[in-house]
Amino acid sequence: MRDVWKRFRQSGPAVVGLVILAALALMGASAPLLSHYDPTAQDLSSAFIRPNAAHPFGTDFLGRDILTRIVYGARYSLVIGLLAVLFGAVVGVPLGLVSGYFGGWVDLVLQRVTDVLLSFPNILLALALVAILGVGLQNVIFSVGVSTIPVFIRVSRGSVLTVRELTYVQAARAAGATSLRILGRHVLPNVLAPIVVQATLSIGFTILAAAGLGFLGLGVQPPTPEWGSMLGESRTYVFSAPYTMTFPGLAIFLAVLAFNLVGDGLRDALDPFLAD
Amino acid sequence: MKGFTSYLVARLGTSLVTLFGVAVAVFLLVRLLPGDPARVIAGLLATPDEVERIRHQLGFDRPETVQFAIFLGHLAVGDLGVSARTSEPVARELASRLPYTIELALAATVVGSLAGILAGVASATRRRTFWDYVLSLGSLGGISMPVYWSGVLLMIVFAVDLRWFPAAGASQPTSIVLPGVTLAFFSMAFVTRMTRASMLDVLRQDFVRTAYAKGLDGRRVVFRHALQNAFIPIVTVIGLQFGNLLGGAVLTETVFAWPGLGQLLVQSIEARDYPMVQGIILVYATMVIVVNFAVDMLYAYIDPRVRYT
Repeated sequence: MRDVWKRFRQSGPAVVGLVILAALALMGASAPLLSHYDPTAQDLSSAFIRPNAAHPFGTDFLGRDILTRIVYGARYSLVIGLLAVLFGAVVGVPLGLVSGYFGGWVDLVLQRVTDVLLSFPNILLALALVAILGVGLQNVIFSVGVSTIPVFIRVSRGSVLTVRELTYVQAARAAGATSLRILGRHVLPNVLAPIVVQATLSIGFTILAAAGLGFLGLGVQPPTPEWGSMLGESRTYVFSAPYTMTFPGLAIFLAVLAFNLVGDGLRDALDPFLAD
Repeated sequence: MKGFTSYLVARLGTSLVTLFGVAVAVFLLVRLLPGDPARVIAGLLATPDEVERIRHQLGFDRPETVQFAIFLGHLAVGDLGVSARTSEPVARELASRLPYTIELALAATVVGSLAGILAGVASATRRRTFWDYVLSLGSLGGISMPVYWSGVLLMIVFAVDLRWFPAAGASQPTSIVLPGVTLAFFSMAFVTRMTRASMLDVLRQDFVRTAYAKGLDGRRVVFRHALQNAFIPIVTVIGLQFGNLLGGAVLTETVFAWPGLGQLLVQSIEARDYPMVQGIILVYATMVIVVNFAVDMLYAYIDPRVRYT
């Protein structure tokens, strides 16, 4: 573990990613201390103020300070991204472990189900689910979370296949351990590395997808200061006030980039560890 | 070629099973609606008579198994029902939208793949140089970029400020440039990363060293020997990318008011036009399955080893 951290630390881009993430998390957590503006209070008399000293990122069509909304918005995007991936992993990983460990018809059925889910790539599955369940915070987390399930099934299944026949698993089996115990105590800890890497990269995807739903007006609803819906709300004014779209988009980009940098760094740091 | 035919048949079987699964999923989707689906589809203002009419028209008053059999029967003849919003056949509307989505996705795939392969090769052959870092960081930036933001930025610069291309719609021949470039950039980022990784793998191998030792021209070694052997993972990623791209196209079409399936999907979700949503989802999934099948066939054809795994 210490080796992994050491290798991770030596990668410049990965550390930059981690620093961006820490900054965004801190920003969301201490939002009320960072700005004295209210993120949702409307004041039409100060609508569309260009970026200046009082409003570094300007104000939007309802006179709300954009920087304040972005600071508060960090809470939504990060929490949505984390919870959606947590949901996808909690459902997907056990299914993948079972599928890879037992094989046979269980594997066959689960793999065909995964194929079906993978036929709705990217944001399509989330869109289909939101169409039925309706918009709002919980439905967004659920819909985007469901769309990460198939990749967790695939990654954990693939990893189990490589350790299933190794001596320590066979020894546990010979010693009479139950399948549940073997999977939980012996297999899972040894396939955790690729799952953690996948989870980190998936958070990037879930943030993009959730903000995409917000942009389409099918995600977290106004007046919540969610970055995607801020972009969506400002679309009408893109020609007259382009700065209202510049900064929320930049925030989404930075958050996703940070998770991808950390994910790449983790993968490189864990790879030699796996090869041992 | 015997191995190829049996592989083709087996792979076709899997695709058909997946397609069937997709039909089941799309059928179940509308039945997941909270409450009474006929009531929801009819809308808040519908009278009880209208709700009953819709219930009967959509077959919700029959057993589920019968409903599913009827649904499949209609699918088999290309009948996707009628739109709840316009009362026009769903299939007709989809047929008029599909060409736009295909045009956009194909243009982005071709441009993005070519640019991505070139960038990936350049990056791999200049490993750990300035240009490698720029291209690697650029492609990571590309996969982290929301298309609904990069599209807007392109629109502000090239449609609003410079007025080189139309900002929205599909009325002029140059209309496709901005949405096309937005999506191509997205696709290029993935292909660049895969090409770089795959090329680095191949460039390490003995036959490449042999080719250099024979005194062959560097460009020839890279493009004739190395790239050809790095091609399978690249083709795979381009195939997988196509599905991903269709998802990105939903957002890009909305940004640029491009009259494809994605824009229609978003409008139909807003209007709670469930027959239309079902039809669009089904068409997207079918495209993904067909492209994945084609890619698998392509590399089973290129590389005989694939057929026996």
